[in-house]
Amino acid sequence: MAQYLILIYEDESGYENPDPGAWQQAMDAHNRFAEQVGELGGELLGGNALQPTATATSIRGDVVTDGPFVETKEVLGGYYLIEAKDLDQALAISKLCPAPFGGVEVRPVMVFS
Amino acid sequence: MSEDTAAVRLAVADAHRREWARVLAATVRVARDLDLAEECVQDAYVSAMDTWLRQGVPANPGAWLTTAAQRRAINAHKRAATLRSKLPLLVIPEASPAAEAAVEGSVEADDIPDDRLRLIFTCCHPALAREAQLALTLRLVCGLTTAEIARAFLISEPTMAARVTRAKKKIAAAGIPYRVPPAEELPDRLDAVLTVVHLVFTTGHAAPTGPALVRADLIERAVDLARTLCALMPDEREALGLLAQLLLHDARRATRVDPAGRLLPLAEQDRSRWDTVQIAEGLRLVRAALRGGRPGRFALQSAIAALYTEAPTYADTDWGQLRDLYDLLLGVWPSPVVALNRAVVVSMLDGPAAALPLVEALAADPRLAAYHYLPATRADLLRRLGRTEEADGAYRAAIALCDNSVEREFLRSRLHTDGPAPGQG
Repeated sequence: MAQYLILIYEDESGYENPDPGAWQQAMDAHNRFAEQVGELGGELLGGNALQPTATATSIRGDVVTDGPFVETKEVLGGYYLIEAKDLDQALAISKLCPAPFGGVEVRPVMVFS
Repeated sequence: MSEDTAAVRLAVADAHRREWARVLAATVRVARDLDLAEECVQDAYVSAMDTWLRQGVPANPGAWLTTAAQRRAINAHKRAATLRSKLPLLVIPEASPAAEAAVEGSVEADDIPDDRLRLIFTCCHPALAREAQLALTLRLVCGLTTAEIARAFLISEPTMAARVTRAKKKIAAAGIPYRVPPAEELPDRLDAVLTVVHLVFTTGHAAPTGPALVRADLIERAVDLARTLCALMPDEREALGLLAQLLLHDARRATRVDPAGRLLPLAEQDRSRWDTVQIAEGLRLVRAALRGGRPGRFALQSAIAALYTEAPTYADTDWGQLRDLYDLLLGVWPSPVVALNRAVVVSMLDGPAAALPLVEALAADPRLAAYHYLPATRADLLRRLGRTEEADGAYRAAIALCDNSVEREFLRSRLHTDGPAPGQG
């Protein structure tokens, strides 16, 4: 088994004016995803949603600046840490990860022995 | 003695060509590391030269090489057991007991499982970039050296070496499994494999750059790969379609240039010099590929190649049936290149005036922006319509986009007026 981080990149404007219905829909989708990880033979080790990039502060060297590290249209909005037996299983799981306003990136976690 | 040496050298070279993929694929299973497996297989081929000279060439050279390479891998692991490698081991699902037993020597060498499909699918995994899939397939499955691959794609050896190394690292670090995908993923994954083999062929068939039109070694490797896929997956009609298509295209190889090395279009090729044995095999495969169910893109392409090949003359080609096949092909594979080829067929059926708007509509497709066959086709239609000045403009646009000097020379020969020749060099 290996650990993979699923990074969710989305256009934040999709969530800017969340009407209660849409918000609930997103929550339901993520709850459903948490169940599906196990159904596909993987394990959900953790995960979080992040506050929008308007709340981000970046530090490069000693310089503190307002905003995200890199300005892009689709930004990191949350992540899941999963365990899977190989990349194929990790990809099968990640395909189900909700990201209606963007997509996800799958990265293997480095192992130090 | 020197005669023996020559015979053994030949046997080793033959085993390299025939058995490399099988030996490497079986060794990867034991080594669980692509670099280590390659090293062990190379060592096994070197030691074969020596041992076979003393003991004679074994009855089953592939099995001998596999056992030798696998033993080396096991010993390397024993030596390294104390200082565990930092690199993650290759993920090998459902490791078979037969394979373990074969390594221990308790099973006949013939029972060593054929892992070539695992190797091919791993090299063509969608998590790898297309160019990495190509390089890995030629390196690991075909056994070409990095220098040979670099030469085939006209890039520097260090660049190609870095590409291969990066791809191997990703396979290990990201956990790309060493396996044949399950049935539900097979169609998509097989399509990637067939696309890579087709790309090896087209790189050889109309070398995208350089002085020669054809690179025979790449063509032969592609045909070998397609044959291997058909042997290992005899029920996959798309694999049969690919092999058929390659054989039918390659049957025309000798007639594609004239004695002076100039390109001859299909209409001017000497059909009596096409390879009839290869064509017969290709046509048999086309029939098998089309049997039962809806044909996929490789089966349809092979049927199209069959129609071009079977016609007694270019003019007598069954253009009506060709257009129907192109329509079906566009349905399963909506590629602008297919639409361009269909437009040529329309020009033969309904005349160049009917085809011109189809070609001009395709000019808006950004995927064809650098595709020299688009302006070349447009030029040909304009020439047939007698609009020579516009045709020359289109020929010049095609020449500027074309990197193969043989094709460029052909396009230049079609110019009606001698204007400035762009793209010379």
